[in-house]
Amino acid sequence: MSAAAEPLRDTDIGEPELEARLVDIWKTPRGFFGWLSSVDHKQIALRYIATAFFFMTLAGIGAIFMRLQLATPDAHIVGPDRYDQLFTMHGSTMMFLFAVPVMQAFGVYLVPLMIGTRNVAFPRLNAFGYWLYLFGGLFLWFCFASNNGPDVGWFDYTPLGLTPYNVGHRADFWAQMITYTEVSGLVIAVEIVVTVFKMRAPGMSLDRIPIFVWASLVTAFMVLFAMPAVMVCSTMLILDREVNTHFFDVALGGDNLLFQHLFWFFGHPEVYFIFIPATGFVSAIVPVFARRRMFGHTAIVLSLIATGFLSFGLWVHHMFVTGLPRLGDSFFTASSMAIAVPTGVQIFCWIATLWAGRPRFATPLLFVLGFIFNFVIGGLTGVMVASVPLDTQVHDTFFVVAHLHYVLIGGSVFPLIAAVYYWFPKVTGRMLSETLGKWNFWIAFIGFNVAFFPMHILGLEGMPRRIYTYSADMPWAGLNLLSTIGAIVFAFSFVLLLWNMVRSGLRGAPAGPNPWDADSLEWATASPPPPQNFTRIPVVTSLLPLWTERKTIPAVAGLRADRREVLLSTLTEAEPDVREPSPEPSIWPIFAAIAVGITFLWSIYTPWAVIYGAIPIAVTLTGWFWPKGSKEDERWTHAPS
Amino acid sequence: MDTRTVLNVAPLPESAFGSRTLTWWGTIAFMSLEGMGFALAVGAYLYLRVLQTKWPMNVPPPDLLPGTLVTIILLISAVPNYFLERWARAYDLAKVRIGIVAMTLLGIAPLIVRAFEFPALRERWDGDAYGSVSWFLLGLHTTHLITDVGDTIVLAVLMFTRHSENPRRFSDVTDNAAYWYFVVLSWLPIYFVLYWLPRIG
Amino acid sequence: MKGFAAGFVCLALTLPACSSVQSALAPEGDTARAILQLFLLFMVVCTAVFVVVMAFLLLALVRRRATPGEPVLRPDPIEERRMAWIVGGGVAATVIILTIFTFASFLTNKSFAEPRPHGLTIKVTSHQWWWQVNYESRDASQTFETANEIHIPVGQPVKLDFESPDVIHSFWVPNLAGKQDLIPGRYTTLTVKADRPGIYRGQCAEYCGIQHAHMAIYVVAQNQSDFGRWRAQQVKSAKAPSNAALRHGQQVFQSSPCAMCHTISGTNAGGQVGPDLTHFGSRMTIAAGTMRNSMGNLTGWIADPQRMKPYTRMPAVALTGPDLIAVSRYLESLK
Repeated sequence: MSAAAEPLRDTDIGEPELEARLVDIWKTPRGFFGWLSSVDHKQIALRYIATAFFFMTLAGIGAIFMRLQLATPDAHIVGPDRYDQLFTMHGSTMMFLFAVPVMQAFGVYLVPLMIGTRNVAFPRLNAFGYWLYLFGGLFLWFCFASNNGPDVGWFDYTPLGLTPYNVGHRADFWAQMITYTEVSGLVIAVEIVVTVFKMRAPGMSLDRIPIFVWASLVTAFMVLFAMPAVMVCSTMLILDREVNTHFFDVALGGDNLLFQHLFWFFGHPEVYFIFIPATGFVSAIVPVFARRRMFGHTAIVLSLIATGFLSFGLWVHHMFVTGLPRLGDSFFTASSMAIAVPTGVQIFCWIATLWAGRPRFATPLLFVLGFIFNFVIGGLTGVMVASVPLDTQVHDTFFVVAHLHYVLIGGSVFPLIAAVYYWFPKVTGRMLSETLGKWNFWIAFIGFNVAFFPMHILGLEGMPRRIYTYSADMPWAGLNLLSTIGAIVFAFSFVLLLWNMVRSGLRGAPAGPNPWDADSLEWATASPPPPQNFTRIPVVTSLLPLWTERKTIPAVAGLRADRREVLLSTLTEAEPDVREPSPEPSIWPIFAAIAVGITFLWSIYTPWAVIYGAIPIAVTLTGWFWPKGSKEDERWTHAPS
Repeated sequence: MDTRTVLNVAPLPESAFGSRTLTWWGTIAFMSLEGMGFALAVGAYLYLRVLQTKWPMNVPPPDLLPGTLVTIILLISAVPNYFLERWARAYDLAKVRIGIVAMTLLGIAPLIVRAFEFPALRERWDGDAYGSVSWFLLGLHTTHLITDVGDTIVLAVLMFTRHSENPRRFSDVTDNAAYWYFVVLSWLPIYFVLYWLPRIG
Repeated sequence: MKGFAAGFVCLALTLPACSSVQSALAPEGDTARAILQLFLLFMVVCTAVFVVVMAFLLLALVRRRATPGEPVLRPDPIEERRMAWIVGGGVAATVIILTIFTFASFLTNKSFAEPRPHGLTIKVTSHQWWWQVNYESRDASQTFETANEIHIPVGQPVKLDFESPDVIHSFWVPNLAGKQDLIPGRYTTLTVKADRPGIYRGQCAEYCGIQHAHMAIYVVAQNQSDFGRWRAQQVKSAKAPSNAALRHGQQVFQSSPCAMCHTISGTNAGGQVGPDLTHFGSRMTIAAGTMRNSMGNLTGWIADPQRMKPYTRMPAVALTGPDLIAVSRYLESLK
């Protein structure tokens, strides 16, 4: 391509031709290799979401087996070894392979659309992260399927996780799965931060950023600072197991609580990686279904930021019975209580918005209401377990199992399902059935509460966690049976959701760009969005763009119409700054993910794998970053400014 | 929804330096998470130290020579790194070529000396917890050194090909230079912890 | 008052059958009682908070509104300010409540977490999957070891010193106190005081491997004289066999692999791997609470430990039928 060729701009051609050209430039190539090389954030996000729900289903089926085993005393549905693998797989899958990835993935899909740009900052890195996540998750489940699943609990405390105390490489499989998913999580976090900082549409100053974008941003920052902790402790675990280091070997200077401190330093923020995006969903949905702007927008944003910071100061509340100094424990009680304040602010603001609004009771709002009910319960039991004396009784019992499910399912999955009902029309162009949605909600709500509320009582009545059976002498059988029935009902609600999605995906009512008459930018473009997201990048003039500009949206002209180009803006005021070429589809990310994936897997069996594997990794990374001389890399057409 | 044009961005540049670019922010983000990893590893080191009465547990403190040599080389390398960044911002290809080759050599040199630092710890990784955590800290930094030198080598090669005619390459050079500062700066606290803490406390 | 409190909690939680076995809701020790009282405070306040928040939510949803004029409502500044005051009030109330909770927790924790003067110290060592219990004494002849059952005198604080040579376990007898982890390489302790005689069941509360579910412990609180009698009996060596059948049983025990893992003081059997069996016949359960101690259960256990407690560390010992019965009878005779 000669340096003399004139660049084609969107001002040079008419609107229909512009749209056709942009679709052509931004679409993913057809065919299998095209599919593998996609760097479209929407496609990658949907892959993440579909994969995450697939893993959720596997982990949910595991949970049903656990509930069947516990429904009656001394049952023989599942033996102790399999049961231990089941609860480990259930927890690990739900936390690492479902909850965190799905929340991040909604961010990957929605953030570029909500801020008015065409892709994330690092599209190929995005693709790489997905393949690594897929490999890590599949790998773990293959291990489970071959009766080699980890069986040491989703947090794998030492010494139980060390070589003398468990069989084969099970704990290594767990630790390595962590490595895969944490790289993937970090990759998304880096992208979200840079995308939100630099790629916002002109005019989207800080005070005009949607709350969901803030939630994704806060979460991304938390991931950056918390994930390294689990990387460090899982690496130390593998090193202790495979090459005989002594991080956790008491006889030679190691300490078991080091593992717990490192793990929970990550583990507590992790639950906020799941919860904060969920509050972002709620904050996106409530104003639209209350038909007015959010009450206390700034307070909510500040609360999100405060929650992000505070979440790093709570981790010892998972260690209250390990014999740490009492005064230290009390500090963590105070900090664990304190985090209820910014969360409370959000809840009060949502209720105030509904109070001063005109609620429209469609399915997304129903799930949000269910969320508020369930999450307040979960938050209140959280305040209870924050208290050291109370925790000494209920720690490691079914009371905690109840609490964590109330905040994770009630507090995060309910908003997630609300988000599915809310954004399904945008993603597919069709509406989900309202009738099925209402059935979905009530069955989920009732099933969930019947399944998990009795567990509070079971914990207080002495039933510890992670036991594969209990004797008929204990008074737990009745409530366990009730809980199992509830679990089955709750599981059925997901069948309804899936049925609704399949049926509506095929035959649902067409949605149009903005079926809910919502306010944020993703509703300005078609449903589903075209590959380029926006034919013209919007210019933002208020916090509620589509409620302020009801006829036409102000937009940007002057971008290229013959190559992928995005607009970078300044950090705070979002003034347009640079026209940035955006990477084209590439096969290198999956090659690099395969190289990294094989190295991680191989390193379980020999430390030399890290050395040998470095070579294909270096080759694939070099191939990835090597400029192609394609349109994004053409020689400058004018002197540098 | 229909749009109306209010802004024309055609005059904007197609490449820039520093915080105006995506890769700079990406580099900062990676520095943050890797810096956090270093901080946690140092934290683990201090945690294990506090549990012991004698530290190192069974051997004398590490031999100072290789580590101090690496520190000196890294500190010296900051100077050509600074100039390389300036030349890159000025799009001076000839000087950038010299600079990036110099940085490649100044990246390989500490790696060679680094190889001697591991035995200088005087304890194996599997000897005791002191050995384990010391090797861990040193190994973490070594990984960063290796990956950055790799990145520098690739960039050096690129600057001698036709791809060097693209202004984006110069921006890549400045990002690489920024990351080198991180590699040098992150070494200093680790050097202090590994070599001087066992002598003080 | 305390019974009423417990009853209220049971009612409030709509328990179908309120049992007191291994229950934090049926305190029989001072620590457990203090914790339950704190829990009641939390329950009452948290329930009130829940009701208030849900009331606001419900009202927000059902209150009558003016007919819609526009697709999107314009906020009314006066109403916004009023709501800001109410939300602010809610936040202030939240802070006050949480502060009260924090102090109440701190005070409760302080009241029993400090070292208290105690009469008796018992060393508890956790293993996969049983509890070793050592009663120590400055007088060596007064020390003895038992397993899976701790006897304590009522009315006085008893200090339990914890140790774990393998993995992390957790000692939890909810009727008496909260739990405490036993962590390899670390020293932890718990002081319990039982108010009245009774048998209190507990269970390991930190996942410790495949038979974590079957690692129960019984704390038997006795009045002074009963405790003294029990202790005096435990200090003695094993009861010598009183007839030929029991002697035969003792022989079988000593000459088979049993003696390699178990100790019966006063005999040749000195194994340190498994529980001390010197007074096995006086214990209530077998295999850390997995089953009641009876002839039938014991013979079944010895013949095939894996059946009742799969993956337990105790191997099956090949004994003939008569030998199995003989050794079981002998063990049951060790009161």
